[in-house]
Amino acid sequence: MADLQRHAEEVHDQFSDQLDITVEDVQERLETLVNEYKVPADEARRSVVSTYLDEAGMERDEIGGGGGGGNASLLVNEIDEDEQWVDLRVTVADLWEPRSDAVSQVGLLGDESGTIKFVAFETSDLPPLEEGQSYALGNVVTDEYEGNYSVKLNRTTSITELDETVEVGDDATEVEGALVDIQDGSGLVKRCPEDDCTRVLQNGRCNEHGEVDGEYDLRIKGVLDDGDEVTEVIFDEEATTDLTGIGLEEAIGMAKDALDTEVVVEEMREDVLGRYYRVRGPTFGRYVLANETERLDGPVDAEATLIKARSI
Amino acid sequence: MSSIPTREVARRAFASEFNDAGYTFKESDDDRAPLYALLPTGERANRVFVVGTLMETEDVGDESEYWRGRIVDPTGTFFTYAGQYQPEAAAALRELETPAFVAIVGKPRTYETDEGEVRVSLRPESITVVDQATRDRWVVETAERTVERIEAFDPETSEYAAMADEQYDLPVDTYRDQAIAALESLDDGETAEAPAPDAAD
Repeated sequence: MADLQRHAEEVHDQFSDQLDITVEDVQERLETLVNEYKVPADEARRSVVSTYLDEAGMERDEIGGGGGGGNASLLVNEIDEDEQWVDLRVTVADLWEPRSDAVSQVGLLGDESGTIKFVAFETSDLPPLEEGQSYALGNVVTDEYEGNYSVKLNRTTSITELDETVEVGDDATEVEGALVDIQDGSGLVKRCPEDDCTRVLQNGRCNEHGEVDGEYDLRIKGVLDDGDEVTEVIFDEEATTDLTGIGLEEAIGMAKDALDTEVVVEEMREDVLGRYYRVRGPTFGRYVLANETERLDGPVDAEATLIKARSI
Repeated sequence: MSSIPTREVARRAFASEFNDAGYTFKESDDDRAPLYALLPTGERANRVFVVGTLMETEDVGDESEYWRGRIVDPTGTFFTYAGQYQPEAAAALRELETPAFVAIVGKPRTYETDEGEVRVSLRPESITVVDQATRDRWVVETAERTVERIEAFDPETSEYAAMADEQYDLPVDTYRDQAIAALESLDDGETAEAPAPDAAD
C-alpha cells in the first residue's frame, strides 16, 4: 500500500494547481482499481490521471511526470518504454531542419550511452537548445515508433544549461560477415519527392502518394551472414558508391543505355556478393545503417582456430 | 517484429561434411516449411555459404540447359546444379572460365542414385567470382564454425546432435581432423589442389 500512497502523492502534486483534490481522494480511487478490480498499480495510476485530466480539461503533456523530481534519471539508451516521464543529462549532438511548422526543434541528444532523437514543439514555448551545449532536461516524455525511441520536450520540461560537458558516446554497432544477399529494392531506385516522404517507388508509384515523378537514388539492402547470425544492412547513396564504385550519375547512365534500371543492381551483385565486410553504424529497427564499411580482404590468421581445433 | 519470418543463416561446412549430410527433414507439416539438411556435427542447414575453386562446368541437361559445377575446397568437392529455375546461377556457370575462385550461396539438396546412394548437392541462389583472400577467409571461418559445432556436440543437450547421433554413424572427430588439415594447408601457403575426383555419376 505504501506504493499506492506514493503514486497518490505524485498524482496529487500533478493536479494540485488545477483541481481541488486531496491525496486521500487519489489514493481511494487507486485502491478501488487495484484492490477491487485487480488492475496493476501503473495502469490504475494511468486511469486515474486520465480521469483528472478530463476533469481539469488538460492534455497529458501539460502535466509533469511525478512532481518533485520523481522521474527516473536515465541514460538515453536505457529508454525502452513508451510514454515514460524521464530526466536526462545530455549534449545536443545534432540539430536538423524541422519538416513541420508545429516543430520548433528536432535533432539528436547524446550522453555516454549513445544518442536519441528529440522533438520540441512550437506550442511548448521553450527556449531553443544550442548544438554542442550540455543540458539537464527535466520532464521529457519518451515516444516509440516501430521499436525506435525518441523523446519529446513539452511545456513542463525544465532546461538547465550545464557548465560541464556531457560526453556523447558511440552507439554504433559493428557487424562482420559475408554479404550473402542483395534484396529487392536495391541498386538504382526512385524515391517519392513529396515533403517528408522518401518511400522507394514501385513501378513509378508511391504507396502513399500514388503516381509521382520520382527522384533517383542509390541504395543497397544487403544481408551480412557470419554463419551464426544474419544482419540486414542498409547502404545509402554514399555507402553504396563506396562499396561498389558506382556513382549515381554512372548508374543513371547505365540504366539509360540498357533501358532498364535492373542492370545497376545486377552489376552490383557481381561486385559484392560473396565477399566479406565489416560494417559499422547505428541500428534502425532490424537494420544496421552502414556509416563505415571495410572490405575484409587482408590475410587471415588461422593460428587461433588451429589451436582451438587441436585442443578438443 | 517476431512475426517477420527470420532469414535462415547460411551455415559453413567443408565439402567432406556437407557431402555426408544426406539426411533431410522439415520441422512442420506446412508445405512451405523450410527443408533442412542435418550436418553430422549436429546442426541443421537450410542454407550454406561456400567459397572454393570452380574446377569444371558442364551442361548435363537433356532438353533444357542444366549446368553442373564442381567446386573444390581443402577437404573435397561440392557439386552444384542450376537449371531454368536458377537462371542467374545457370548463366554464371555457362559463362565462367575455370578454374576460378567462386562464392556460392545456396540450399542443400539430396537425391538418390540408381544404386540407392544418397548424394548431397547445392542449389545455388547466387554464384560470384571472388579472390583468394576471400577463399582463405572462408576456410578459416568454416574451420572455426566446424570446431564450434564439434565442441558443442552433445546428444544429451542438443536436439540436432541427438539427431545426428541417431541418423549417422559418423564420428565427429573426422571433421575436426579435416578442419585442422584445411587450416594447415593455408599455413603452407598452398592453394587448394583438387583432391582425387569423386565419382559424380
